[in-house]
Amino acid sequence: MSDMLDLDRWKPAPFLPDADARDGSLVFVVATLCFLACLTALAVLASDRAARGWTQQLTGEATVIVRPKANETPDSAAARAAETLAGVPGVAEARALEKEKAEALIAPWLGEETDLSDLPIPRLVAVVLSPENPADTKTMNLALRSQGLDASVDDHSVWMKDIERGASLARWIGMAVFALIATAAGAVVAFATRAGLAARHEVVEVLHLSGAEDAFIARLFQARFARMAAIAGLFGAAGAAIMGALLRLLGGGSGLTPVLPIAWTDLLAVTPAPLAAGLVAAVAARLTAQSIIRGLQ
Amino acid sequence: MSRNPLPEGAQDIDPATVRFDDVSMRYGRAPETLRDLSFSLEPGSFHFVTGASGAGKSSLLKLIYLAAKPSKGLVHLFGQDVSAVPLRDQPFLRRRIGVVFQEFRLLEHMSAFDNVALPLRIEGRKPDSYRQDVAELLAWVGLRHRMHAMPATLAGGEKQRLAIARAVVNRPDILLADEPTGNVDHEMALRILRLFVELNRLGTTILIATHDQDLVARSGMPVLHLDGGQLTRLGSEP
Ligand SMILES: Nc1ncnc2c1ncn2[C@@H]1O[C@H](COP(=O)(O)OP(=O)(O)OP(=O)(O)O)[C@@H](O)[C@H]1O
Ligand SMILES: [Mg+2]
Repeated sequence: MSDMLDLDRWKPAPFLPDADARDGSLVFVVATLCFLACLTALAVLASDRAARGWTQQLTGEATVIVRPKANETPDSAAARAAETLAGVPGVAEARALEKEKAEALIAPWLGEETDLSDLPIPRLVAVVLSPENPADTKTMNLALRSQGLDASVDDHSVWMKDIERGASLARWIGMAVFALIATAAGAVVAFATRAGLAARHEVVEVLHLSGAEDAFIARLFQARFARMAAIAGLFGAAGAAIMGALLRLLGGGSGLTPVLPIAWTDLLAVTPAPLAAGLVAAVAARLTAQSIIRGLQ
Repeated sequence: MSRNPLPEGAQDIDPATVRFDDVSMRYGRAPETLRDLSFSLEPGSFHFVTGASGAGKSSLLKLIYLAAKPSKGLVHLFGQDVSAVPLRDQPFLRRRIGVVFQEFRLLEHMSAFDNVALPLRIEGRKPDSYRQDVAELLAWVGLRHRMHAMPATLAGGEKQRLAIARAVVNRPDILLADEPTGNVDHEMALRILRLFVELNRLGTTILIATHDQDLVARSGMPVLHLDGGQLTRLGSEP
């Protein structure tokens, strides 16, 4: 009667055979795709943060170019401009830059040999705007003109637009890459499901001929591939998070990676990856399985 | 959750379990494998299908277990034209048909016990409701001591009986057996025949495809003989 005891302990075997030699490579490919997708997400977040940092820095500053008139030395024109600007509400600080600094800025365009002392080099005034209520370009220009100064104010808005355009471009590219990777993951899973069904053709046919409904068989594959992709997604996401953490540790807030500053909270962006991979796989597996089973009849 | 695709009282309209009306069948663009078959199997009947290798015996069975479609004519099961049964209802029709495949088609990753339990699990039955039945059925086909064995470790005759047990476990209305004695010795063939006769007594309609003329003769059951894709001889009911 020992077999009767065995019987009480009997648990139904899974409908599908456990593993397949191909499963390992599928996990590897999906993990790699998830890793790349997570890195893309981190890069988008970081470039967004970098752009925000730069624009913030730029909004707080303005540069004024002072062209000395014939009756005034460049030094005194610059000094007068700085003085005037310091009096404008919304300007925290205005400082005339030394002659050498202005020359150093244009030297690359003229070459080292050029004797700059003969040229009427415009002087620069660096303006720091007060953060609460920054003075606008118009106000500053008016103040300068009223003092008889030939000067123009650059509030960096041109640069800011460039940075913003660059940042949004990076965002769009990031999302496009992300979509591409997700599609590739779906295609890989669909391909793997096809191979998986082919390898288990015999089982699928027997289930079908024994009266299993199509949806029932599709669900078996859906569950299997969703689980496999979710596990792969976990590996990929963990890899990307480790990579991000490493960059953060090596770089600090902005040390080694000022161009791509990563915050610890950014690493949370990888958490949906396993779920997303599982979902993509489930849908791809279900659709593929259904179309193959439909071909059986 | 088993649904019966039959309309109420359909059996009264057409009492035949299986009926072929002028049925032809072909694989792809090949010439017709079966031509203009017309016959019917009454409920509780027992028939053999004979014919040379390649005559189309397996193909005929495929038409009945809905693995192939006729290229012409109508197949009726339980009084219903199968071409009119919606795809989503076909699984429920299949559950009323037990099949012993010529090549067994046992699932290699499952034990003998699991293989037999398969049709019941597909119907959504809970293990506690069939554990005992499956064990008894395995005992009935003489495989009680092998119930935890994997199919790969079974002898030909054991596989054959396992395939039979799986085909009958959910008490189908029809049992189709394709060459069920092809892999066993004479002694075992007779045991299997007795098994079918016993099932038939319990009310199952039986159709067996075979080469085994001796088996046919011994049973004394009517024969559908296939030759050149056509039904050439139809034995009468005993
Ligand atoms: N899946 C298939 N695709 C194409 N042709 C097939 C297929 N299955 C069978 N045939 C052909 O159909 C004809 C009938 O085959 P079938 O298997 O029905 O014969 P059978 O009577 O069962 O033969 P056997 O006694 O050898 O089992 C043969 O000519 C065979 O080559
Ligand atoms: Mg055959």
